[in-house]
Amino acid sequence: MDHLERLENRSIHLLREAYSCIPNLAMLWSIGKDSTALLHLARKAFFGHVPFPLIHIDTNYKIPEMTAYRDRLALEWKLTMIVGRNDAALAQKRTFPDGAVDRITCCRLLKTQALKDVLSGQGLRLKLNHSTGGYEPDPSREPYTGVIAGIRADEEGSRSKERYFSPRDTESRWDLGDQPPEFWDQYKTDFAPGTHVRIHPLLDWREVDVWEYIDREAVPTVSLYYDQGEGRRYRSLGCHPCTSPVESTARTPKEIVAELRTGKFKDIAERSGRAQDLEDRGTLEELRRDGYM
Amino acid sequence: MAVEKGRESLRVVMAGHVDHGKTSLVGRLLADTLSLPKGKLEQVKAFCERNARPFEYAFLIDALKDEQSQGITIDVARIFFKTTARDYLLLDAPGHVEFLKSMVSGAAHASAALLVVDAEEGVRENTQRHGTMLSMLGIRHVAVVVNKMDRVSFREDRFLAISEEISAFLRRLGLEPASVIPISAREGSNITARSELLPWYDGPTVLEALDRFPAEPPLEKLPLRLPVQDVYRFTALGDQRRIIAGTIASGILRLGDEVVFYPSGKSSRVATIEGFPKPPVGAARAGAAVGFTLREQVYVRRGELAVKRGQTPPQTSSRLRASVFWLGKAPLEPGRDYVLKLGTARVPARVESVQRVIDTSTLRVLEGRGRVERHEAAECVLAMSAAIAFDRAEDNVLTGRFVIVDGTEIRGGGLVLESLPDAGSRQRERVILRNIKWQKGLVPREQREARFAQKAALVMVSGRDDGLRKAAARALEEELYRQGRLVYFLGIGSLLYGVGADIRGTAENHEEDFRRFSEVAHILMDSGMILVSTAAELSQADWDIVCNAVEPDRAVAVWVGQKGGREESTNLKPDLLVCAQDKAGVVAQVVALLRAKGILSA
Repeated sequence: MDHLERLENRSIHLLREAYSCIPNLAMLWSIGKDSTALLHLARKAFFGHVPFPLIHIDTNYKIPEMTAYRDRLALEWKLTMIVGRNDAALAQKRTFPDGAVDRITCCRLLKTQALKDVLSGQGLRLKLNHSTGGYEPDPSREPYTGVIAGIRADEEGSRSKERYFSPRDTESRWDLGDQPPEFWDQYKTDFAPGTHVRIHPLLDWREVDVWEYIDREAVPTVSLYYDQGEGRRYRSLGCHPCTSPVESTARTPKEIVAELRTGKFKDIAERSGRAQDLEDRGTLEELRRDGYM
Repeated sequence: MAVEKGRESLRVVMAGHVDHGKTSLVGRLLADTLSLPKGKLEQVKAFCERNARPFEYAFLIDALKDEQSQGITIDVARIFFKTTARDYLLLDAPGHVEFLKSMVSGAAHASAALLVVDAEEGVRENTQRHGTMLSMLGIRHVAVVVNKMDRVSFREDRFLAISEEISAFLRRLGLEPASVIPISAREGSNITARSELLPWYDGPTVLEALDRFPAEPPLEKLPLRLPVQDVYRFTALGDQRRIIAGTIASGILRLGDEVVFYPSGKSSRVATIEGFPKPPVGAARAGAAVGFTLREQVYVRRGELAVKRGQTPPQTSSRLRASVFWLGKAPLEPGRDYVLKLGTARVPARVESVQRVIDTSTLRVLEGRGRVERHEAAECVLAMSAAIAFDRAEDNVLTGRFVIVDGTEIRGGGLVLESLPDAGSRQRERVILRNIKWQKGLVPREQREARFAQKAALVMVSGRDDGLRKAAARALEEELYRQGRLVYFLGIGSLLYGVGADIRGTAENHEEDFRRFSEVAHILMDSGMILVSTAAELSQADWDIVCNAVEPDRAVAVWVGQKGGREESTNLKPDLLVCAQDKAGVVAQVVALLRAKGILSA
């Protein structure tokens, strides 16, 4: 068993533990490469099926290719697709692109708040109708008690402290000083009412592992990751006002792997194109304590 | 930081007393092996300058604000790093006693450890605690690093004194240190290259010691152990396969293998080892998260352990002796309810007795204390509410270790020393043998059940009001028959003078009567039938006999009328307590329960 196979088997085991032990489970799908690789792992774990809904938080500022790609795969793979959005903040133009708030507050409103609301069932839940291809309000208001997310430990400092099964309190907060011990493949699967758990099957993966896996398994990924002839591509995907492409001529997962291993990105952090990380040291950790993915 | 295919990888935990420099050593290892992202070192140095703090290598790792303000690592950080020989995942465990539980989390993922000792301070309380924990967690490969040699002028006599003390301590725990290395993380001595400041030392550097740790053991050479994680039937999604899913803990699973599931003893042959999107494969090995289908359907569920017929069977019992460590603020003690999780099995458990307690810092043995306090280790006898399958830790550590849940939190863990006999041992052995020898026909039970939109079950109606209980049981049979179900009223009295004729008039035949009743029920349930029966003031002990013989999740105990009164009849934990005054009310509630449990559909 090689390194990638070991990572793959462990992730599948974690996905199955979550499915067997956590009622009302959902999985976050940001459309990015990590959560798309995770989606592929889920289809492997459940032999072609994804037996829980996928949640996408739409900030309205996502790059348009991302939504088109999301809906294409959701229809093709028969996914239960739920979209959450903070319509109040968008209507009141309380966003960074509108010039009303800073980047961090914008993330907090459009991502963290929208996510909290879709999880609790108190906010907007739009569900993909497979016969029309359109989205309709989801009548279910049942809170999700478990959320699978594709974060990796090597992304940045606070994520390296995460657990595979990471409890969140009733306010979605993360108490870093009092995390449950995790050992011998046993995870926290008992919860007090009102709390929920984040499950992180990709915690041990690195950026290059994800790309190698995408290459090996031919996982379809959004075209934004690849140079379309202009010598630029996205290394990390987010909202267009806060995410910049990098100079690169990589056109395939293989070329990206080469770039990460021996090429220009060998020693450069992945999220260096994410503006919100640079505003203040420790920002992402603060967002995460508050419920950010 | 790229990983080459097929390279070995090893998980190593950093252990030691607070402030002895574990995190600094990790920072130094990363910096000296050029494993840091470009600009990271400069970024952290600039941050220290801005905040008027002297730079320390530990800050590279302690990336969180909290940690830098408190000056201690809060939790286990995972750090990737590689040498020319292989890849490493370093688990940087905290040194402070408050965070011992995190150390346990970190150590539990590792197979080797670096134990860091301060040359100036020497062996301290947490050095010993961590050493004891490493031994209890089954980590066999430990290298000791004596840090801060610069503070003791690189003196050999100081190093030798510490080396002797820690080696003697570890040997008492059954751990032989692979090497003891004098280093200075601050000066970079003996980390990746030998230092001129330590001319008297001719052992390995830290990097060399890491590369000398043996690779993780080949689990596929052990007997097959596959804890059943779940059974999937995604019929709603148009898939008729019945797939048993789980991760192979040890051994190899092959197409056509005869597998036996414990504790039930049910067996069948592997028909396919499923794959997606790839086609099915012929074999899968330890570490693989697999799904397989069976030739003849048998009904197994999460928590059972699949093994290969002909290989060493696992232990099966509801009692075991274990070495346990405890992290909870409230002590581990008899009389309280816990949950034990071993593999995928999950079962209510109690502490039957605490045999001896070990103070993890002094290794002093405390006899007769009767409870285990936080951060202590102990030998205990644990009694579970049902039998599970496991191995002794020395035979197979993956199926020989468990965690203990107190309330909603994992508060401790343990290694199985031995299986102990329990009240159901004899019956369970018979049931396992019966299941192994069971002869299957060509019509699967599932097909028979589908014809009647039901699942085979046994509904036992009990209670103090004889008239109501008997009337309700018969009315329930009638109602289910009216609904078109395959149902039969099986009175215990119907068995006593036929099936039980040979034991009439002998003493103590009560348990044997229940066992025979349960075996007849088992045969009828295998035909897909729902059985209704009734027993006056059923005790939990009698019900356990029934649940040992039939599938326990298909056995439904109903108590009619008020509970309370005589202790022996009220220790039953029924699935349903009905307070209805008439039989119609009882029947309605039982039917609702059977629907909720999925026994009745349509």
